[in-house]
Amino acid sequence: MRSVLPILTVLGAIVVLWYGATVWLNAQWTYDQAARAGVEVSLPEVVTDTLSQERPVLPAPHQVAGGLWDGLLGQKVTSKRSLVYHGWVTLSATLLGFAIGTGAGILLAVGIVHNRAMDMSVMPWAIASQTIPILAIAPMVIVVLASLGITGLLPKAMISAYLSFFPVVVGMVKGLRSPDHMQLDQMRTYNATRGQMFWKLRLPASMPYLFASLKVSVAASLVGAIVGELPAGASSGLGARLLSGSYYGQTIQIWSALFTAAILAALLVMIIGVLERRTLKRMGMVR
Amino acid sequence: MSWLWGAVIFWLAAWAFNVWLAKQPVARTRMVRLFIPGLFGVTLLILWEGIVRGLQVPGVILPAPSAIWATIWASLAILREDFVQTILKGALSGYVIGCGAAVLMAIAIDRSPFLQRGLLPVGNFVAALPVVGIAPILVMWFGFDWQSKAAVVVVMVFFPVLVNTVAGLAASDRMQRDQMATWSAGYGQTLLKLRLPAAMPFIFNGLKIATTLALIGAIVAEFFGSPTRGMGFRISTAVGQLSLDLVWAEIAVAALAGSAFYGLVAGIEKAVTFWHPSQRGRR
Repeated sequence: MRSVLPILTVLGAIVVLWYGATVWLNAQWTYDQAARAGVEVSLPEVVTDTLSQERPVLPAPHQVAGGLWDGLLGQKVTSKRSLVYHGWVTLSATLLGFAIGTGAGILLAVGIVHNRAMDMSVMPWAIASQTIPILAIAPMVIVVLASLGITGLLPKAMISAYLSFFPVVVGMVKGLRSPDHMQLDQMRTYNATRGQMFWKLRLPASMPYLFASLKVSVAASLVGAIVGELPAGASSGLGARLLSGSYYGQTIQIWSALFTAAILAALLVMIIGVLERRTLKRMGMVR
Repeated sequence: MSWLWGAVIFWLAAWAFNVWLAKQPVARTRMVRLFIPGLFGVTLLILWEGIVRGLQVPGVILPAPSAIWATIWASLAILREDFVQTILKGALSGYVIGCGAAVLMAIAIDRSPFLQRGLLPVGNFVAALPVVGIAPILVMWFGFDWQSKAAVVVVMVFFPVLVNTVAGLAASDRMQRDQMATWSAGYGQTLLKLRLPAAMPFIFNGLKIATTLALIGAIVAEFFGSPTRGMGFRISTAVGQLSLDLVWAEIAVAALAGSAFYGLVAGIEKAVTFWHPSQRGRR
């Protein structure tokens, strides 16, 4: 709790800097307008004007908050202007992709741990693939799947799944290998089969690693879903909101979509954090 | 169909060979350790080629590796132009500015525990956010050319490097710092001779994460507007023209550049942190 004050100070400083930047960046437009109208503007007028422009270069925090409030609560949930609606579209793709990617990742990790040939041939590629900018293929996946007749949720979910896949593989392989020699020998003295060794030792021991990589991969799959909405054609979702906002210069729309995405990411990571704490506590592994 | 069956049989044979090889005692040597994943990669390519030819998959859905290879050779000039625009101008300059700023900032806030306690949770939080989302805003501010891409990259790499560097600066233990104090070393000397070297493994951890983020940021930012060159621009327009072989060629270049970039940073890490246990173990 002693870090609450510093955090609030930092957040306060960010808001102050933000207001300063708003005035600085938007002042040009105000001066231009005033020059066109042939009037002189005083400094207080400039400040009030910069904080309430229709299409500012940088919207002020209260404008973004207003946009968020309007988008989240001011509209009917089914409306095209509602951020809840767009957030839900993105969230459903994220969750589907996250489930697919995590499931496949865990399965591959189990295979890698139990099969030496698989370990030696697949693992280097799994690690190398982390250095590749995978997001670059997002537009292609969408278009190719659309030409095969697959549209809607699934293509976006595939990108999410792909992004969340590798962190889980790498984390789970580490986790399933985390039991040390002593513990493995103990299982052998109990005459445990490979299956028992997996269910009773390796899988429980891997839980902290699993949760750590789940946090990374849920954030990655949200990014995947948003980027998956960027290519032409998507009309709903936070990514589409970002894109249409950038086409029409609606900066407030961009910023409120961005903050919705941030809130969503924070919520997802937080939910996994709560699950992690509960699970590890019940398993007696809280450090 | 013979292409398909040939590829499948080749894949099975190569897999069986890998399984056999992994059980041999020679599997511990370095050569074989490189050979097995190499063979696996080659079999995947051959399987891909076989499926595309055997099932006659149209090139607008999935081009064969041989077709991609031909495209790479045919459009070297385009690929090079895009590489310079996106990787060298956008990603690399943003990477250097972002990482440099993050390390300096970490050293600055290191002196104040108050700022550390405040900034670290915020930094950790921001590092988990979908930061690519600010790409449209930065493209609006900095124009379509590479400057806006570099700005996106700066924002993307800043927080992971900051968080890791702050953690690294705290890594030297009390005994070592007391030792520096008994030698009456000043703040600067302690920083240069003890704490920065001790922080290097952490800093490089952040730098390695940042390499991938830099490429992603530079490419995705181009989806929001760019001059008529650059990898992201080329990918999105080539997808529109259904010339998927060019898209795959760009992806191959991006993958190669990403691995090379990562390898470069990892190589520098090896040279700088030769003393660290994780590096000493691997000879």
